[in-house]
Amino acid sequence: MAISGFLANALLAGSCIAVASGLIGWFVVLRSQVFAGDALSHVAFTGALAAAAAGLDLRAGLFAATIVVALLLGVLGERARADDVTIGIVFVWTLGLGVLFLDLFNTGSGASDGTIAARTLFGSIFGLGSGEAELAALIAAGTVLALLAIGRPLLFASIDAPAAAAVRVPVRALGLVFLVLVGVVAAEATQAVGALLLLGLLAAPAGAAHRLTASPYRGMALAVAIALASTWAGLGLSYEIAGLPPGSAVIGVAVAFYALTIAI
Amino acid sequence: MTPHLTVDLFSDVEQLLAYRFMVNALEAASVVAVMAAVVGWFMVLRRETFAGHTLSMMSFPGAAAAALAGLPLAAGYFAFCGAGAVMIAGAAQGGGAARQAERSAVIGAVGAGSLALGYLLLSLYGGVLESLESLLFGSILGVTSGEVEMLALVAVAVLAFLAVAGRPLFFASVDGPLARASRVPVRALSVAFLLVLGLAVAATVQITGVLLVFALLVAPAGIARELTSRIGVSLLLSVVVGLLIAWVGLGLSYFTNYSPGFFATTAAMVLFTLARAARSLPERRGRREAPVPEASL
Repeated sequence: MAISGFLANALLAGSCIAVASGLIGWFVVLRSQVFAGDALSHVAFTGALAAAAAGLDLRAGLFAATIVVALLLGVLGERARADDVTIGIVFVWTLGLGVLFLDLFNTGSGASDGTIAARTLFGSIFGLGSGEAELAALIAAGTVLALLAIGRPLLFASIDAPAAAAVRVPVRALGLVFLVLVGVVAAEATQAVGALLLLGLLAAPAGAAHRLTASPYRGMALAVAIALASTWAGLGLSYEIAGLPPGSAVIGVAVAFYALTIAI
Repeated sequence: MTPHLTVDLFSDVEQLLAYRFMVNALEAASVVAVMAAVVGWFMVLRRETFAGHTLSMMSFPGAAAAALAGLPLAAGYFAFCGAGAVMIAGAAQGGGAARQAERSAVIGAVGAGSLALGYLLLSLYGGVLESLESLLFGSILGVTSGEVEMLALVAVAVLAFLAVAGRPLFFASVDGPLARASRVPVRALSVAFLLVLGLAVAATVQITGVLLVFALLVAPAGIARELTSRIGVSLLLSVVVGLLIAWVGLGLSYFTNYSPGFFATTAAMVLFTLARAARSLPERRGRREAPVPEASL
């Protein structure tokens, strides 16, 4: 059966984004950096709106903002893990900036219909063109390859940083590179489920995988599988049921899955 | 009359107070700022910022559900934040040895899940495009006198609790085992504090919007923490900073027509950066001051 048009684009982009989010999410949970991932996701919103206010492609703003802030977080926090208060304040300020750009965009375009806010905050995966979907898939694939390349030392550094540092694993540099990769994935996932919901795609499948297995490689595979299944189920549900936003559906399935693993 | 910001502070204040809606907004924001600064101070001390964050996320489906059911939004805020606080307290107690990584994943998933639910409810309500922005980012318009009274009532309740339980709560937050040994009901206090936090967040959200709660909840305490290690001074400073952030946000928004959230969060960021710079100066000269004691993990 040939699936055509916007659904095919959504499936292509959604699947690749799910793989990248599941994999990087597994490390995010392992390293207790969910809060940093959260901050990055909100920054994605600001970046997209800044680009919109300036009349640029939303994605240029998305990637620029998340990568810059990932670097900032890595440098500001004493170790590459910033403390909660610093992240919280940086994070609320970037959202505040996003509000300003939203104001500027609304006054600039004259129409304050709020669709741009809804789109960046909660995603619009059914609105992706085929070129956009292919680019999203390529970037997601690149991120996964990069992560696999640094996977072993990163795993070592995440589990036992002092020991890793002692055998000359560049712990700090790895932490920084990792945060940048999280930034890229955050920008990617924003296109699928929106800036506010992408944390669910990072945290829920990975959290479930961490509960189900302690083995790293099995855990990563499981996180990817759950993220993929949630994305497919969510897209299918939202395609069938009118009025169900795709972002909400995907996250709903992922969180339900996580809740299930906690219950059993 | 269009407001103009001048160098004359009296004329500025006079202009600010010219409209009823602005007076209401200022009163509500001040009440909430004081309460949030004090609760936030304890929250930062207890390292529960993530809980505060999650509670604010939960208020979003609360408001959307209330709108869908035709109830006042405040009812939804308080119901969902209260339920959220109970859930977080339960989760924290259930898995006593649960790893921190696990806990933050749960909190993150719950946060995203509740936002997803809120957006779904709001889509069903059909008011997405109009009310989304003000629910998420706050709005200075439309605070009624009745709402100001309600917020004041909540603030009094929250502050009264902290006035009574503040000392043992501080003790329990700084050194749990020792507090337990001297018969402080550590567990009960921690549950009670989460409930109070939920109440405070539900009130704060109505002023700042769901996503900008931290400007009043975390920033004042974070800034105070950088500047002093004395408890009383730090609390007071936190309140002053909170009020300053709220007033700067509303005031500049009134004169420029841009959202208060932008100015409030920018004020918070600037003050935090300055405070950090101020602290690091004497440190570099080698006069290291002890930071405010923090709860052990």
